[in-house]
Amino acid sequence: MKKLRRSMLFLPGANAAMLSTSFVYKPDSIMFDLEDAVSVKEKDSARLLVAQTLKLGIYQQQGIETVVRINALDTPFGLDDLEAVVRAGIEVVRLPMTHSEDQVHELENHIERIEKEIGRPVGSTKIIAAIESALGVVNAISIAKSSPRMIGVALAAFDYLVDMQTERGDGTELFYARCAVLHAARVAKIDAFDVVYSNINDDEGFLREVKLIKQLGFNGKSLVNPRQIELLHNAYAPTHKEVEQAKQIVAAAEEGERQGLGVVSLNGKMIDGPIITRARTIIELAQISGTRQEY
Amino acid sequence: MKIIKSAISGTLESSDLLVKIEPNHGLEIVINSDVNKQFGQQIRLVVEETLNRLNITDGLIIIDDKGALDCVIKARVQSAVLRATEAAINWSQIL
Repeated sequence: MKKLRRSMLFLPGANAAMLSTSFVYKPDSIMFDLEDAVSVKEKDSARLLVAQTLKLGIYQQQGIETVVRINALDTPFGLDDLEAVVRAGIEVVRLPMTHSEDQVHELENHIERIEKEIGRPVGSTKIIAAIESALGVVNAISIAKSSPRMIGVALAAFDYLVDMQTERGDGTELFYARCAVLHAARVAKIDAFDVVYSNINDDEGFLREVKLIKQLGFNGKSLVNPRQIELLHNAYAPTHKEVEQAKQIVAAAEEGERQGLGVVSLNGKMIDGPIITRARTIIELAQISGTRQEY
Repeated sequence: MKIIKSAISGTLESSDLLVKIEPNHGLEIVINSDVNKQFGQQIRLVVEETLNRLNITDGLIIIDDKGALDCVIKARVQSAVLRATEAAINWSQIL
């Protein structure tokens, strides 16, 4: 099955306790933050802390994808961040404030040089571009298609909304950006991640937003608190009814194949390739996440 | 690398440690830890290995450990040394 990226949990890169223990929350991806969560005077120490934690391999052993948000390459910190984390074996680098594909090319040139220096397979370090400006949203398709290393694009709301001269509300303010970033991801055949929901005490509002972005087609969401993980994973889990229907579809398809039928139907409805693929995905997802619990 | 000034790295929060470094003739390592009886030797070993890899032969190193993992000990010692030496980073030496 394709790698699940429902939850991407931010971890402050300077916090030793959180880096040492957060694998217990089992997000799909963990994102070590060297950018906004780290003060300027702690940037040097935080990047070493993240690098040594990566080398220990505690997240990789749990099957949790490791992502790092580096500082922008035009700051005094970005390149050192990259040197440290690529050498330490990071799986994915998240580039902040991506406005154009040129920034991705600059990043991948540096990554390739480091990979060659240390003998890491060229191309093994992947990239996620964070889109957080009007220009980035407009250029989303070229950014998403800019590199074979690109595995996803993430919309980040705070700077984008400042750029748009508005603020967080009912979601209307993000409507165009969500659709644009999502379409860019689908054109490039990569994943799309929605913005963080920062009010961690508002489960109802969080779930309302998750329902919206799941229906739009996002693969998942960036998270700022571990307690949002279970809510998110449950919302993305298929219902018992969906799983039962998927099993019937796969069984009918397999029976049709045995009989050599070109076209298969179930309860009077034709079953074609995409429906069978979708049904198999639902069954696999249920095997990983279980079926959805209704609260 | 040569310690040329005092430097500090880390915190006294749980699962972290505070590393203080000062110039000194000879290498002296002082370890204070909540888990000194069980892990004092292991902490010393990690500190010595980290300093050795950075070619630190002189300096007073004071460790206040609050139950940090080995990876945290390495990182905090490395950042304290880099701050105290003001040396350019040699990444292949660090990682």
